[in-house]
Amino acid sequence: MTALDPAPPPPPRGSHQATDPGQRPAPDGRPAGHTAPAGRRRARAGRRAPLLLVVPACVAAAFALLPLGYLAVRALERGPGYAWDVVADERTLLLLGRSLGLTAVVVAACLVLGVSLAWLTVRTALPGARAWGVLATLPLAVPSYVAAFTWLAAVPEIAGFTGAALALTLVSFPYVHLPVAAALRGIDPAQEEAARSLGHGPLRTFLRVTLPQLRPAAAGGALLVALYVLSDFGAVSLMRYDTFTRAIHTSYRASFDRTPAAALSVVLVVMTVALVAAEARTRGRAGHARTGGGTARPAVPLPLGRWRIPALAWCAGVTAVAVVFPLGSLGYWLAAGTSATWDLDGLAGAAWATLGVAAAGAGLTTLLALPVGVIAARHRGRGARLLEQAAYAGHALPGITVALALVFFAVRYAYPLYQQLPLLVCAYAVLFLPVAVAATRAAVLQAPPVLEDVARSLGRRPLRVLREVTVPLAAPGVAAGAALTFVVCMKELPATLLLRPTGMDTLATRLWTETGAGSFAAAAPYAAALILLAAVPSYLLGRHRT
Amino acid sequence: MNDLRIERLTKSYGPGAPVLQGLDLTVPGGALAAVLGPSGCGKTTLLRIVAGFLRADTGTVTVGGRTLVGPGVQLPPERRRVGIVPQEGALFPHLSVARNVAFGLTGLDRAERRRRTEEMLELVGLAGYGDRMPHELSGGQQQRIALARALAPRPELVLLDEPFNALDSALRAGVRADVRTALRATGATAVLVTHDQQEALSSADVVAVVREGRVAQCATPQDLYRLPADPWIAGFVGDAVLLPGTVGNGGATATTPLGPVTLAAPPGGRRTGTVVIRPEQLRLADTDTADAVRGTVTDVCFYGHDAMVSVAVDGMDAPVDVRVAGPLPIGPGEETGVRVTGEATLHA
Repeated sequence: MTALDPAPPPPPRGSHQATDPGQRPAPDGRPAGHTAPAGRRRARAGRRAPLLLVVPACVAAAFALLPLGYLAVRALERGPGYAWDVVADERTLLLLGRSLGLTAVVVAACLVLGVSLAWLTVRTALPGARAWGVLATLPLAVPSYVAAFTWLAAVPEIAGFTGAALALTLVSFPYVHLPVAAALRGIDPAQEEAARSLGHGPLRTFLRVTLPQLRPAAAGGALLVALYVLSDFGAVSLMRYDTFTRAIHTSYRASFDRTPAAALSVVLVVMTVALVAAEARTRGRAGHARTGGGTARPAVPLPLGRWRIPALAWCAGVTAVAVVFPLGSLGYWLAAGTSATWDLDGLAGAAWATLGVAAAGAGLTTLLALPVGVIAARHRGRGARLLEQAAYAGHALPGITVALALVFFAVRYAYPLYQQLPLLVCAYAVLFLPVAVAATRAAVLQAPPVLEDVARSLGRRPLRVLREVTVPLAAPGVAAGAALTFVVCMKELPATLLLRPTGMDTLATRLWTETGAGSFAAAAPYAAALILLAAVPSYLLGRHRT
Repeated sequence: MNDLRIERLTKSYGPGAPVLQGLDLTVPGGALAAVLGPSGCGKTTLLRIVAGFLRADTGTVTVGGRTLVGPGVQLPPERRRVGIVPQEGALFPHLSVARNVAFGLTGLDRAERRRRTEEMLELVGLAGYGDRMPHELSGGQQQRIALARALAPRPELVLLDEPFNALDSALRAGVRADVRTALRATGATAVLVTHDQQEALSSADVVAVVREGRVAQCATPQDLYRLPADPWIAGFVGDAVLLPGTVGNGGATATTPLGPVTLAAPPGGRRTGTVVIRPEQLRLADTDTADAVRGTVTDVCFYGHDAMVSVAVDGMDAPVDVRVAGPLPIGPGEETGVRVTGEATLHA
C-alpha cells in the first residue's frame, strides 16, 4: 500500500487500516466560492440538494446518531443518581487513570518513533531511506490483537501494562509517522536554507524552523493514536490490562444489570469526543502554508556522518520489533501447530463468515455513505454541514459502545434482530460510515463541478446528472472506500464479539478466543488467514492509488 | 431570431459592492458577442446567471422573447436551451468523444443521434475522432469537441467561457477561426467571455466592455477601437496615446502638443479635454517637415512585425508612443519629427 493516501483516512478503530491520517479533509477545505465570484469553484449554496439525496442522507445520519442517543437514554434509565454512582465509583476513577495512563505512554512513544523515523527517512542521506519509510507503514496492516497475540505467544510474562503499551505503540506509530513525513516533504527547503544563511546551525534550524511546522501534523497524528488506544479492545483484553473497553465488556458479560456498562460507555464516549474536539482545534489553527509562489525544490538530504550506523540501527530495530517480530512469531506458531491443532473446518468456516459479514458491512456502509458524501462535497450551508458531522459520529464511538447501544436497542425494540446478522452489519455501518463518507466526498470532489454544469446545460435534470456524470466519475474512489471499509469490517473485534449471531465465528473472534485460552498454535492460523485476506483489498487499494 | 436581451441585471455576493450593478446587454440573433473586461468585473458571474448556474438578485434575461430569468421566473439550466463551452473544455472524461457530443441529444432515435454527432464532428473538423477518449486529444481538439457538444442540441444561445485561455498562442488563432466558422454555420447566438482584448476584437461581431458590473460600451470591434467612450476603454482595448487638447475650428479639430488633430465626433460642447489617439496614427518624419513637431527618441521597443518608438515632445510630461512598421530608421537620443494622421476622439 502506498504511504501517501489521497483518500481521507478513516478514524482509528478497533482495528487498523493503512491510510494516512495527515490527509484528513479539513472542515474548511471546501471551495470558498461564495465570497470569490471569480474563483474556479463557485457557490452552490444557492442550489438546494435534491430531495432524493437529502432523505437517504438524513436516514444515514439518524442511523449514525441513534446509538449515541440510545446509550444516553439507557444510562439514565434508572435515574441520574444511579448512573452517577457508577461513574463516580472508585473503580471507575481507577479505570480512567489506567486508560489515560496507557494513552499517554503510547502517544509519547509513538511521537518519538514516528517523528524520528519520518525525519530520518525523508530528510537525511540514510541508506535505503525509501525502503525504511515503506517498512515503517506496514504495521498499520496488523490488527492490535494480532500484535498482542504474537507478543503474548512469545513472552507470556509481558501481559499487563507493558504488553498493552508495547503492542499498541508498535501498531499505531505509523499514525504519527505518515503525516509528519508528508509535512516534512511539504516544507520548502528554502526556508531551512534561509535559516542556515542567517547563522543558525543545523540543530537550531531544525528546532526553530522545521519542528514548529511539524507540530500540527504530529499533534494530529498523536490525537489519532490517543483515540485508537482509548477505543482499543483487542490488545488490552488479550494483555489482561483493564481499561474502559475491557471493563465495559466484562460488566456486560457478568451481570444482567446493563446500566453500569452503559454508564461506563458514556464516560468513554465523552473522553473520545473531547479528543476529537481537541484534534479539530489543532487542525483549525494549523496555518502553515508555504508563503510565496513557485515550486519547492526537493531538499538536499542531510549527510549523517558518524551518525549513520546508529541511525541505521534505530530503523532496523524498529522494523524488527514492529514488522519482523510479529511475522516471525506468527510463522513460528504456524509451524509449531500440527494438523491436530489445525481445525481446518473451523478455519474455513470462520474465513467464509468473515468475508460474508465484511461484504455485507461494506455494502451497507457504502450505500449509506453515498448520499452524505455527495451532499458534503457539493453543497454547503448549515444542513449539509450537520449531516456530514452526524455521519462522522462513528469516528468518536468505540466499537464496544456502538455494540452495546445496538444490543440494548434490539432487546427493547427489535427483539427478532437480537443476536442476528443484520444487527452486526448495522454496527459496522455506524462504526465505519466515516471511512466511506470521507472516501465518497473526496471522490466526488475530484470530479470537477463544471462537468455537472455542462450536463445540465445539455438538458439533464439534477438526478440524471448525478447518475450519468457524478457517480461514474466518482466510482473508482467510492469503490476504494468500499474496499477500505471491507478491510476494517473484517478486522473489527469488539462489536463482532458482542453482536455476532450465536454459533458464528469470524477469524477475529476465533483468534481472540484461542489466544485468550492460551492456545497460541491454534490461534496462529486465524491470524495468518486474517492478514492474508485483509492484504488482498489493501494491495488492490494501493494499486488503485498509483 | 434568438436575440439575447439582458436588462438591469444585479447580483451581489454578501456585503460589499455588488458584482453586477444593473447590467444591460442586447445581442442580435446569430451574432457573436464578446464580453470583455478585467478580472473581477463580473463577466463570469454574468455568464453563469445566463446559463442558470447562479441566481440573479434582480433583472431579466430573455432569448428570442423567451424569459429565462425574470420576476418569479428562474428556468433550470436544463430547460434553457443555452449551451456552454467551459474553460479547458471540461469534456466528460469517462465518455468517448462521440458520446460526449451526443450527450445533449435526447429524444432522438439512435440513427438520428449518430448522424447529428457525425455532422457536428465534421463541423469542428474532427470527423473520425468519435471513438477516442478525451485524454487522447490535444487541448485545441478538446476545445473543439466541447463546442461540438454544446452545439449538437441546437441551442438558441451558446456561451463560451474564456475558451482559448488554456491554449498556447500558436494554436489559439486556428481554434478561434474554426470556432467562429462553426458558430456561423449553426446560426446560434453566441456570447464569448474573455479578458483578452485581441481575442474579443478579432473574433466578435460586437464587443461589450464590462467595468464594475455594468456595460461601459458596446460596439462593433472597429467602432470600439476607433471611437472609445472614454480614455479607460481606449487603453483597455489597445495602446492609446493621451494628449491634452483644446477644441478649435468650430469643433472639427483640437489643438494638442502634437499640433491640430481632426476629431472623429463633435466634442459635445466641451472646450478642453483629453484627446485619445492610437500609436499607429502617429508617424515619424524629418525634423523639418512642415506639419511635424520636433522631439527626441527616448526608447525603442522592437516587436518584429513593428516597433514602438517613444518620443519626448515639448509640452508633454510623458513621451508619446509611435508605432513604426518595417525597418527602424532611428535609435534612442536622436532627434525626430512626429506627425498626426487620421481622426481622434476627445473626452472629458
